[in-house]
Amino acid sequence: MTQLTRKEEASAEIFTPQGTLPADPIFNNVVKVAGLAVIGVLIWITLVVAGDSLPAIRQFGFGFLTDSNWDPNSDQFGGLSFVFGTVATALIAMAFAIPIGLGIAIFLTEDFLPEAVLTPISFMVELLAAIPSVVYGLWGIFVMIPILRPLLQWLSGGSSSGYGLFTAGLLLSIMVLPTVASISREVLKSIPRSLRNASLALGATRWETIFRVMIPAGTSGIVGACVLGLGRALGETMAVTMVIGNAPEIPKSIFAPAYTIAAVLANEFGEASGELHLSSLFFAGFLLFVITLLVNILAEIFVRRVSLERQ
Amino acid sequence: MQTQKWTRRAFATLVALIAIASPIALQAANALDLNGAGATFPEPLYKKWFFEYNKKNPDVKINYQAIGSGGGINQITKKTVDFGASDAAMTDEELAKAPGKILMLPMTSGAVAVTYNVGGVPSGLKLDRETLAGIYRGRIVKWNDPKIAKTNPDVKLPNQSISVVRRADGSGTTFIFTNHLSAISPEWKRDVGSGKSVKWPVGLGAKGNDGVAAQVQQTPGSIGYIESAYASQNKLPVATLQNLEGKFVAPSIEGVSAALEGTKFPENLRVFVADPDGPKSYPIVGLTWLLVYDKMDDKAKADGLKKFLDWALTDGQKYAPALEYAPLPASLLKLVKQSVAQVQ
Repeated sequence: MTQLTRKEEASAEIFTPQGTLPADPIFNNVVKVAGLAVIGVLIWITLVVAGDSLPAIRQFGFGFLTDSNWDPNSDQFGGLSFVFGTVATALIAMAFAIPIGLGIAIFLTEDFLPEAVLTPISFMVELLAAIPSVVYGLWGIFVMIPILRPLLQWLSGGSSSGYGLFTAGLLLSIMVLPTVASISREVLKSIPRSLRNASLALGATRWETIFRVMIPAGTSGIVGACVLGLGRALGETMAVTMVIGNAPEIPKSIFAPAYTIAAVLANEFGEASGELHLSSLFFAGFLLFVITLLVNILAEIFVRRVSLERQ
Repeated sequence: MQTQKWTRRAFATLVALIAIASPIALQAANALDLNGAGATFPEPLYKKWFFEYNKKNPDVKINYQAIGSGGGINQITKKTVDFGASDAAMTDEELAKAPGKILMLPMTSGAVAVTYNVGGVPSGLKLDRETLAGIYRGRIVKWNDPKIAKTNPDVKLPNQSISVVRRADGSGTTFIFTNHLSAISPEWKRDVGSGKSVKWPVGLGAKGNDGVAAQVQQTPGSIGYIESAYASQNKLPVATLQNLEGKFVAPSIEGVSAALEGTKFPENLRVFVADPDGPKSYPIVGLTWLLVYDKMDDKAKADGLKKFLDWALTDGQKYAPALEYAPLPASLLKLVKQSVAQVQ
């Protein structure tokens, strides 16, 4: 018995010509430092962003969240239109991406088509994630908007120019689609085969099995996929900037130009003049931080509740 | 054993390489490195200048980061660069924040063109002063508005909504454009004012001159303002605008030179030509400035920068027209050179 433990200890040592090194403690510490560094960087970023937004917080306080007047010329800054635009585009994106992404995931995990056909399809869906966002933006300007314009103009009674909230949301939905689809597919694939077989054996049809067994069994993973997608949609900058119209106002219709937090940061940071302007941009960035955090917390609570109910 | 031999060989090669490279490294250390940052509008010309100057003076290397006028002002104030650049010069407030006296040196000038995309309407649409301001204030919303038709009796204007396009990022171009609108329209001055970013009454925001140019090309019924260089590079139709004397003038280098010709320059050389007089003047023009401390910390850098500035203000000016910038009038060049002489 004692011999065995000694052997185990010995296995955790690195032999060098100079002697032995204790491998476990070294590895342990390296991992510890790496783990703490991640947390450290997060806290550091938060502190810097919060610190630099202090002048704006002092000046505007909660009014920043209820005011949509953004006027750098007279030092009046309100962030409501950006917060609204960020949340609205992300929600539009998810409204398209969740059903389509989940549909792709189901299609790829059921045996509708032979594996030889499905593999290239799933590869191509994942390839969508590899396209740089500026390319999505250009594609939006040069391909998507000209195609959509007649429809948007008809829907908006002639006032739409093609750029706006809806266009940005739609483009975002394509960008988050691979995240939602590929993770959902992995989740559905990992559900034990016995579950679906049992359901089919009880006389359930394929669709009953999908909607009553497979999707409920994968809920937590699918929600995770959606949250990751939502995270990308909230923070996406370049592509949104290029198609949203960049108008700092609460849009009167879903087809009107709007603005997001990430887009205003990208546009105005370089030439921000005056401390209050810069600080207000930091404040907006801080709000984006808070929104993302809230989304993640809500998702976590939701996933926990679902898995508790299951037990 | 094999690995050790390999490592040793690699090490020997590395040492040899360093030995070979060291004279080059030493030489590079002797050479003068000047760093600047700021405005994007003059970047093509500055890049050309630095390249040509480096060809003639291989020991002087000038780096320029086009981070925007605001960034350029910040960096020169903090002394993290040797020179800054700005399309809006510096305000008295900004000058007061700097730890020393900053000289504002006009280097070149350019025009801001108004471009449009209206089904089949060629270059040269005439927009009078009231109409231009009216469109950007959101008061004129259709292309066949009587106010536009009045000055363009020969043009068939469609019954189409006007999509106003403007810069979303803070920019010197916006400053020049809004400064002109403030000069020609009291309502604009009251409601919006002038600045590098303003609260626009209407319109779609696009990033950069190229962004506005692309958005105008892609959106039927749109109108936008861009540096005239971008308009001619992209062969976009440009409007002829009404100047102070009521004449309609197309953007051109001659139009800019004419606009600057009669301008009186104050001692600090900061002048915004919001609404130039003269019959041949193009109405929307602007200068762009280099920002330099009159007393620089490093003597060698001060001398190097002075020599470059003198070159840019003499030989350098000839590179401007090819890149769609207007050379400065001789009277102004003389003033700027006097200013450069103060640098120590």
